[in-house]
Amino acid sequence: MTGKRILAFLAHRLAIFAYVVFALFPLYWLLKVSVTPNKLLYSEGIRMWPSRTSFEHFEFVLRHSDFPVFFKNSLIVSGSTAVIVTALASLAGYALSRFGFRGKYWIVALMLLTQMFPLVMLVAPIFKMLSPLGLTNSLTGLILVYTAFNIPFATFLMQSFFDGIPKDLEEAAMIDGATQFVAFRQIILPLTLPGIAATLGFVFTAAWSELLFSLMLISGNDAATFPVGLLSFVSKFSVDFGQMMAAGVLALIPACLFFLLIQRYLVQGLTAGAVKG
Amino acid sequence: MASIDISAIRKSYGILPVLHGIDLEIRDGEFVVLVGPSGCGKSTLLRMIAGLEAVTSGEIRIDGKRVNDLAPKDRDIAMVFQSYALYPHMSVAKNMSYSLRLRKTPAEKIASVVAGAATKLGLDPLMERRPRALSGGQRQRVAMGRAIVREPKAFLFDEPLSNLDARLREQMRAEIKKLHQDLGATSIYVTHDQIEAMTLADRIVAMHGGIVQQVGSPLELYDNPANLFVAGFIGSPGMNFFEGRYMRSGETASFALTGGAVLPLPSTANLPDGSRATLGIRPEHVILGAEGPDAMLAKVDLVEPTGFGIIVHLTLGSVAFKAFTLDRRFLGMQGEVAVRLPVPNLHFFDEAGRKV
Amino acid sequence: MTSHAAREGGSRIDRPPLKKRLADASAPYLYTAPALILIVTVMLVPLVLGISYAFRDIQLLNPFSGGFIGLDHFKALSQDQNFYRALRNTLWWTGWSVLLQFVFGLILALLLDKPFHGRAIVQALVFLPWAVPSFLAGLNWAWLFNPVVGPLPHWMFALGLMSEPSNILSDPQLALWGPIIANVWWGIPFFAITLLAALQAIPRDLYEAASIDGAGPVQRFFSITLPFLAPTIAITVLLRTVWISNFADLIIVMTNGGPADRSQIVASYIFTQAFKRLDFGYASAIALVLLMLLITYSMLIVVLRQWLLSKD
Repeated sequence: MTGKRILAFLAHRLAIFAYVVFALFPLYWLLKVSVTPNKLLYSEGIRMWPSRTSFEHFEFVLRHSDFPVFFKNSLIVSGSTAVIVTALASLAGYALSRFGFRGKYWIVALMLLTQMFPLVMLVAPIFKMLSPLGLTNSLTGLILVYTAFNIPFATFLMQSFFDGIPKDLEEAAMIDGATQFVAFRQIILPLTLPGIAATLGFVFTAAWSELLFSLMLISGNDAATFPVGLLSFVSKFSVDFGQMMAAGVLALIPACLFFLLIQRYLVQGLTAGAVKG
Repeated sequence: MASIDISAIRKSYGILPVLHGIDLEIRDGEFVVLVGPSGCGKSTLLRMIAGLEAVTSGEIRIDGKRVNDLAPKDRDIAMVFQSYALYPHMSVAKNMSYSLRLRKTPAEKIASVVAGAATKLGLDPLMERRPRALSGGQRQRVAMGRAIVREPKAFLFDEPLSNLDARLREQMRAEIKKLHQDLGATSIYVTHDQIEAMTLADRIVAMHGGIVQQVGSPLELYDNPANLFVAGFIGSPGMNFFEGRYMRSGETASFALTGGAVLPLPSTANLPDGSRATLGIRPEHVILGAEGPDAMLAKVDLVEPTGFGIIVHLTLGSVAFKAFTLDRRFLGMQGEVAVRLPVPNLHFFDEAGRKV
Repeated sequence: MTSHAAREGGSRIDRPPLKKRLADASAPYLYTAPALILIVTVMLVPLVLGISYAFRDIQLLNPFSGGFIGLDHFKALSQDQNFYRALRNTLWWTGWSVLLQFVFGLILALLLDKPFHGRAIVQALVFLPWAVPSFLAGLNWAWLFNPVVGPLPHWMFALGLMSEPSNILSDPQLALWGPIIANVWWGIPFFAITLLAALQAIPRDLYEAASIDGAGPVQRFFSITLPFLAPTIAITVLLRTVWISNFADLIIVMTNGGPADRSQIVASYIFTQAFKRLDFGYASAIALVLLMLLITYSMLIVVLRQWLLSKD
């Protein structure tokens, strides 16, 4: 019996270890190549760690390429999208959570529909619509598109957070002398901060990763976001692996930071589920 | 402080009616308790007075002024919620002062009013804590403090004690009563606990199925229930009911219990001969170990000591009923016992359940 | 206005004045309006436009295009061998991606469901791929498959799986497997998170009761865990299937549909038509077909579910 238990224990740890390795290895390799000097790149191709490391690739990427521009563009686009989406989704999610009204069913149906159809279908029409408005090749155009794409999911997310806050609280505030909107702003929103953080994180990551529309809508380097910049870099200088991977590591940083931010609430949500069960 | 007049109030959700025309006048300074089982519409009525539910038809007046269309914030009432609804992100002091801050009350005034309320409720050492760090009873006090700092026209209580344990509930009940004696504020209190209703109310409004069953002082409802529902709801252990047939022959009458026993009645009640009726008697009025011609033999099923007294479960014919006695001789009782149902303590209800 | 107010106030005392009724009724719409306006203008209008493009000749570089051409695109589509291959590839891509993500996600969720020392850190680490932007995941795996800088071809060669260390992304037979593997790596955390949340909602005393009744671990899994997870599994698999069949990023980044359109799925084919050939009309026609297929698939699942439920 104990032998069997030790075996089960070992199998469990071994499996966990395999998953961790599988999850981290590609990222580790990215990091490894990005710090390998060019001279050693081919001679020490599949060594686990180069005999000498250097930050020359990072230096090149930051000094002599357009990546700082891409980085800045992506930061502007993702940041603005995250803030606008979270603000609008809070309002809409609050309405879905708290009001019973005739149009609610249709609004929910519309939002669900937008989650169902292939976004790639919209590539051509959106290009056609935005181009006479001068919104192609512009960060504003990208923000507009990303905001609309992310609102439905963010609304449902915020709604579920609002649903978790007892209705009594804003009723108490309304009796205390607040209008519904004041109660929403002063009582409910501060209590949804974890939800707001999670929504910000999700939307930021989604906008940071978006490729197809920015590829379609942006042509020059000036307004290119990180994915587009990296991809065009790859197709132009497809031999400079060290530099590409250094740029990749840089692109990874904000996403991982946001993940760590959400991770807490993710785990919190999981344990809350456990308590409920 | 103000009077509250409710006339012909109806409420339905879609086609589902929950309140069927409620009329109620609450005098200035009165403590009225709405009591009834869950789903009877008492909370809905309270929430309509607060302005949290729309009125389907009818009229609510506070201090003579029609408030149907006023938002909750414009009605000048305070409410204590079952969940307390304390703002989790504010300290106790901020919770209590929130309504005053919304009304742009001068800071010195807020400070003095809040301090006064805190002292009255014994909250002084807790003022900087968050609600999370308070016990149930303390939260309850903060909720009351939040209500009293406003000096509103009326206090509404929505089952405020039901989340507390039994002992704390008893204590808070007394505190609410004392507070009402101090402030003399018009109060409407919703509960499903008939003991709270009995102990707190100037007047009880017993509700069932969206209809007011009886309005009166606690003892009126206890001694003279208007119908079967009120008789059964008020009092613990509840009133015993025996179904049967009322027999009248000249000046004398009798009641034939469904189980077969016949109870002779000296005077005549206002019931037609041979009609089906229900006889009710409170457990404490059942006389155990009785002797005499009208004593009946009942089977003893179970003896429950409560410490204060003894509840005896009995069967007469096939009808189960209870007796309550303070006499400890009955603790070891077994087999059969002679019981008597004294005529002055009997209640009769006609076929429709109305008291006759 | 005054006559109106008088009428409201006079005859129907139980109805609030018009102004309040309007204010009450419009409140939820005011809250949702900004979101709705954006969704309608940036998603719904383009959707309708896109459907209309499918029946028009829209080529970005041709100023004389734009005329109505009826079903011509669909006729061309029915002759398009690349489209049929893309359709088969979509099935292959979606089927294997969903299956592998689900199986490995479920195993991971079961492993994480047991409390152990350092679980919080392990959880953060194994969920990390989910945070990696999809284009970066694609590039990262493309590099791993590249014999110049990546170790994978060399390892496969060492294991005897390959005759020489070569890039599977440039092998017409195997090219689609590259994006599938990247997709599995990237998508396992999604399944694991969803399933872990569902697992933790299963009441623990059920397992205790089953153990007392003498059920072993395998029996417990099949008699408690699986039935409890079934609804979550069903909905997650359905949604993921639709999502993954639309998910072209990895393929565009890793193989760009190549070599020779061998790894093209329908979604990436649409993008290629729109982006490279700037033939918006044809791209929209393919998109419409894809939309119809996905709707049919979802309906089939819903009907199947109803049928299974009614059988019980």
